[in-house]
Amino acid sequence: MFAALGDETRLLLVAKLCGGPLYSISQLTQGSKLTRQAITKHLRVLERVGIVHSVRSGRESRFQFDPHPMEGMREYLDFVSKQWDEALSRLKSFVEK
Amino acid sequence: MDNRIEKRIELAAPVSRVWLALTDHREFGEWFRVKLDGPFVPGQVSRGHITYPGYEHVKWEAVVQKMEPERLFSFTWHPYPADPKIDYSKETPTLVEFRLEKTATGTLLVVTESGFDKIPSGRRLEAFRMNEGGWTEQMKNIERHVTKTS
Repeated sequence: MFAALGDETRLLLVAKLCGGPLYSISQLTQGSKLTRQAITKHLRVLERVGIVHSVRSGRESRFQFDPHPMEGMREYLDFVSKQWDEALSRLKSFVEK
Repeated sequence: MDNRIEKRIELAAPVSRVWLALTDHREFGEWFRVKLDGPFVPGQVSRGHITYPGYEHVKWEAVVQKMEPERLFSFTWHPYPADPKIDYSKETPTLVEFRLEKTATGTLLVVTESGFDKIPSGRRLEAFRMNEGGWTEQMKNIERHVTKTS
């Protein structure tokens, strides 16, 4: 997931997508120097990690942001962080005896 | 949100004492709560099992990376592989680094864990199970509330 987000274009796409429910490729390509094709490739990367979903609207695809993967990762990191806090507290007691 | 976690802790003990607690597998096991099969050796796999109450079935496996005396100890592992049905070796391991620095009062230990990229499968359930203490507290609160209002 971090690999998917570790790209300026994709971060900007995610930022745009957060601004509303659904966006078309045209809307996402607006104001960008990149081609439709390039934007589509980036969207597929984001789709693969579940941050973005595409919804078919007639002949067109529209895209939406899904916060769940990032929320899930945040929860997991918080959990790991808490485990370290507890382990290091035990280390502190252990060495300061 | 970063794909790394960093912890800094000041320990009122000399660097050599902290180094021993980190790199002697028996001492490490005491505070980390794991029983290891043998000593840590750079480049080699360290195996054992968790001794944290309720998780004694969970295997520990890490690959020791660096051991620079009294400066850096590191290993790669799959954190909290609690479900025996899942093959965690297919997931990207994270890197844990312990860095030691002498201070006026003892030792500054900086621990970083990096390389998070995917939430491993089955992990979200484990997160809640491991936080059983937290849930027990919640249940008590609910019980208190329910008995009060009935």
